[in-house]
Amino acid sequence: MGNRTPLYDQHVALGARMVDFGGWDMPVNYGSQIEEHHKVRQEAGVFDVSHMTVVDVEGSGARDFLRYLLANDVAKLKGPGRAIYGCMLDEQGGIIDDLITYWREEGRYRLVVNAATREKDLNWIMRHAERFDGVTVIEQADTALLAIQGPAARERAAALLPGEHREAAMALKPFGCGDFGDVFVARTGYTGEDGFEIVIPAEQAQRWWQGLMEAGVVPVGLGARDTLRLEAGLNLYGSDMDESVTPLESGLAWTVAWEPAERDFIGRQALEKRRAEGASEKFVGLILEGRGVLRAGQTIVCGAGEGVTTSGSYSPTLERSIGLARLPGDCGETVEVEIRKRRVPARVVKPPFVRQGEIKVAL
Amino acid sequence: MSNVPAELKYSKNHEWVRVEDDGSLTVGITDHAQAALGDLVYVEAPEVGESYGAGDACAVVESVKAASDVYSPVAGEVIESHESLADEPEHVNEDPYGEGWIFRLRPDKPEDVDALLDVDGYQKMLEEEDV
Repeated sequence: MGNRTPLYDQHVALGARMVDFGGWDMPVNYGSQIEEHHKVRQEAGVFDVSHMTVVDVEGSGARDFLRYLLANDVAKLKGPGRAIYGCMLDEQGGIIDDLITYWREEGRYRLVVNAATREKDLNWIMRHAERFDGVTVIEQADTALLAIQGPAARERAAALLPGEHREAAMALKPFGCGDFGDVFVARTGYTGEDGFEIVIPAEQAQRWWQGLMEAGVVPVGLGARDTLRLEAGLNLYGSDMDESVTPLESGLAWTVAWEPAERDFIGRQALEKRRAEGASEKFVGLILEGRGVLRAGQTIVCGAGEGVTTSGSYSPTLERSIGLARLPGDCGETVEVEIRKRRVPARVVKPPFVRQGEIKVAL
Repeated sequence: MSNVPAELKYSKNHEWVRVEDDGSLTVGITDHAQAALGDLVYVEAPEVGESYGAGDACAVVESVKAASDVYSPVAGEVIESHESLADEPEHVNEDPYGEGWIFRLRPDKPEDVDALLDVDGYQKMLEEEDV
């Protein structure tokens, strides 16, 4: 038996298909995964993502520590109540994890990291925090995380907050966050739609879940979470990237804050060397033109050499198979993907495929 | 609970087999199998004229999540292929024992069918898997 979130019984009662996900028993779908996907694009769905790890970094040294720990720069945040996405790198520039950092107030930051990398991340963060004064690292274990996503998500979720907080929560801008009583609310997500991610005390999880169900927010499993993030062109750690690659080969160069040049962060030297060499690999989106389904790990053949798909699935919005891929160089507009010994043509596009319910690529 | 029709034969790989009047076999995947796979988005049916041994992978069903092989339940030659499933794979989810059939086979030895599971045998296997 794996770890269970505070909502395990709710998932089982709803008839969810439960699977092991990084040591956690998680719902992969409650019925039709495709219907769940559409519901998020068109209305509102809720994901139990309580398996993810919440790490609070606090103290007078927290800011300096995070500026050293992360390749993106928390100093870019204009003030408390803002969030930033980026990578935590090792000395070689390899990606240990990707995460969102939320600035709650002066000296209080919250990181949400992946479930599958929990122990590795915590060890890494603790190890480096020791060298900084005034830094406390606290894992919040007794919490639940819900992602409420879709065009109607914010309104329906905010209605469940105490009356005095609703307006302020609705006023959050994209990548804004705030503490509303004991509910932490952020306008972030992993679907390409508007919505909230909330952190609540574990004992409130069932009440929130019930309230969302009654408000017409449908439960969505991790299956649809994957197709939604893929359509949104958002990388999945462990699939699209890991320690063997840097952000420069993963479509994440934009998350590396090179300026100010004097800021030292873990992996900086290696990244600068790589940048100077001129990384030739390209990270792209693919739309399959022929028959079949793109899956992670398929070989790609193009004029510049061989590449590989890092993610692939069926896109319910495009009604085509789409994927993300690492190519050896400039392959032009079409490549061939090896699917069960056949070579199937695919078109190279720039992700995202879908954002805010709209198709962003030519079909 | 999944639907397991009494008149069909079953393989351990979750294929169902119907013996037609002319002795040919119609093959698909069971209700249990389609439910486990989830929404299907692509089916690659076998080519007519191909011969397969018992247990050979001969077709592929792809759900949103993953690709799974479909195995030939007995040795034989493919005499009809439900190719339109490539465009309408949802038939396998909606009607696995009807419109969701995948191929028809002429068995090398008609008596091979007797070695397949009957409804009780398949149901027992499902119960054991469930534990």
